Amino acid sequence: MKKDIESEGYRRMLRIRGFEQAAVQLITEGEVPGACHSSIGQEAAIVGACMAMRNDDYMSGTHRSHGHPIGKGSQLKPLMAELLGKATGICKGRGGSMHFTDTSVGSIGESAIVGGGIPLATGAALSAQVRGTDQVALSFFGDGAVNEGAFHESLNMASIWKLPVIFFCENNGYAAVTAATSTHGQPDVARRADGYGMPGVIVDGQDFDAVYEATAAAVARARRGEGPTLIEAKTYRFDEHCVGLFINGNYRPKEEVERFKTERDPVTLFKAALLARGHTEASLKAIEEEVWSSVQEAMEFAKESPYPEPEEAFEFIYATPINQTPRLKA
Amino acid sequence: MSATTRITYLDALALAQREEMARDPRVIIIGEDISLYAAGGAYGDIDSKRIRSAPISENGFAGMAVGAAITGLRPIVDLTIANFVYLASDAIINQAARLRYMTGGQFSVPIVYRASMWHNQSNAAQHSDRPYPMFMNVPGLKIVVPATPTDAKGLLKAAIRDDDTVLMFEDNDLWAIKEEVPTDPDFIVPIGKAAIRQEGTDVTIVSIAGCLRASMAAAKLLAADDISAEVIDLRTLVPMDTNAILNSVGKTGRLVIVDYAHRTCSAASEIAATVVEEAFDSLKKPIRRVVTPDIPIPFSPPMEKPLYPNKDSIAAAARSLM
Repeated sequence: MKKDIESEGYRRMLRIRGFEQAAVQLITEGEVPGACHSSIGQEAAIVGACMAMRNDDYMSGTHRSHGHPIGKGSQLKPLMAELLGKATGICKGRGGSMHFTDTSVGSIGESAIVGGGIPLATGAALSAQVRGTDQVALSFFGDGAVNEGAFHESLNMASIWKLPVIFFCENNGYAAVTAATSTHGQPDVARRADGYGMPGVIVDGQDFDAVYEATAAAVARARRGEGPTLIEAKTYRFDEHCVGLFINGNYRPKEEVERFKTERDPVTLFKAALLARGHTEASLKAIEEEVWSSVQEAMEFAKESPYPEPEEAFEFIYATPINQTPRLKA
Repeated sequence: MSATTRITYLDALALAQREEMARDPRVIIIGEDISLYAAGGAYGDIDSKRIRSAPISENGFAGMAVGAAITGLRPIVDLTIANFVYLASDAIINQAARLRYMTGGQFSVPIVYRASMWHNQSNAAQHSDRPYPMFMNVPGLKIVVPATPTDAKGLLKAAIRDDDTVLMFEDNDLWAIKEEVPTDPDFIVPIGKAAIRQEGTDVTIVSIAGCLRASMAAAKLLAADDISAEVIDLRTLVPMDTNAILNSVGKTGRLVIVDYAHRTCSAASEIAATVVEEAFDSLKKPIRRVVTPDIPIPFSPPMEKPLYPNKDSIAAAARSLM
């Protein structure tokens, strides 16, 4: 792998880690309205996949999706401001945590409807095929989403029409607080690919290199017009389903969480790999410092930004408004 | 005078799609069984990539249309029978209607979802719905309900050219109706404009979708009783041409609303509420809704036929206000 891809991959993984740590701090400070789902633990799966795509390739996300646009190259400030519901947010305060969308990096949206992004990415791939570009689309989704009809319908249509799309499952083992082992007749999601007539690949989602290589192969296949691939990255979320969510009950063993945090942290693993293959401590430290300062700047920007005016709630309903626009009215 | 051709409502829809697909390479069509019509030349001589004969996966392809629309295409999604809209409703409601809003205007979502509404044909309750009132409760959509071949062509073309998601509901008993339809490929009927089909002074009849013929027939019955009815064909439900209704009620002081939808939260209900809020002082009598009762549509003709508004029930409602 090229050294600059490795460095940029490390940088983006740290940006996700830093963004999520900042989000927790902002939640503690009472700055974040609504719910927040952290991507910590899943950085290698996200960034490994994103680094295998071009800027103009499309990507759809999930409810746990702060990391996806960052992985694709988004600036942190508009995302952090969106988290706080500020006018300077990437969606001008209309989406919030679960709905970062950044068209400047090909992010076509995230969905709080589980599986909702899968048909969208498939449709973006259809669009690329009809328009005759060589763009591809990648849909991130979790293990919970594969039990939705949208998953089944999208994979089948992508297969019959050979659409340039990569279905990327971040299998973290739990849909909210329900274990995949109790909801999946076939626990290996990738094995479902055979039922749709496409390749299915299982990768270690804590291993940046493995994810990158698998995704790069799927992207190349899609660009050649050979159709979709289903990738399953076995990964783990370190936080609860929702940051600060009080869970009454032990749905996953404490030892399991601790083991992943100490032995399977994707950032730690990638850093060790980079040092082993010749990246210097100094070069990685420079990346770390740059990332931490950009996270600090993003937090300050978000806090200092103004909230939208109540009247702005009535903007962006239609591209071409007709007759009267609804307004706040007594 | 511009040229016209005498065609059916269904031919007018096909012509509108063919013309718009020829005009704009971004227009594609997705739906079940459409390969058969494509083979018959229904979409003209266009790249087959733009005609997607889909598997029976309404939620899937309705959602794919959203992904295609936000990345540069203008899909027409043919959902055939209106009850199938429910299977596509997650994509329509949770995605198409609000992605522009939720992304702070980063997208527009130019899609036309078409569906036909059936009634009085013994199709029973799973093929006989009029889902438009439910979708009127979803901010971000536009909804059109053409009642004539000319409007079918003109409104479908307007919908395809519009930058927002438009739902088009077609009463299937209109399909065979023929009239002279403009041949100009740039003829459109603007979204959001009602049509006054007959001027009158005593009572306003607001007609929705396929209720127009019964409403016009009722106006004729009323004329025989020296009651002058003004008939408004609403054509667009969202955004509604409220001014056309208010102006007419201001003149007549009496309002009958005809809607094949079930009574509760029907389009008629929304119109009645709006008129009461905006023009209460002009009303001489209570508003009457002539609608379908709140029961699932039964299969057997003797049970089904009496349920719907007809010229006699519309005329009776109007007479009761005199």
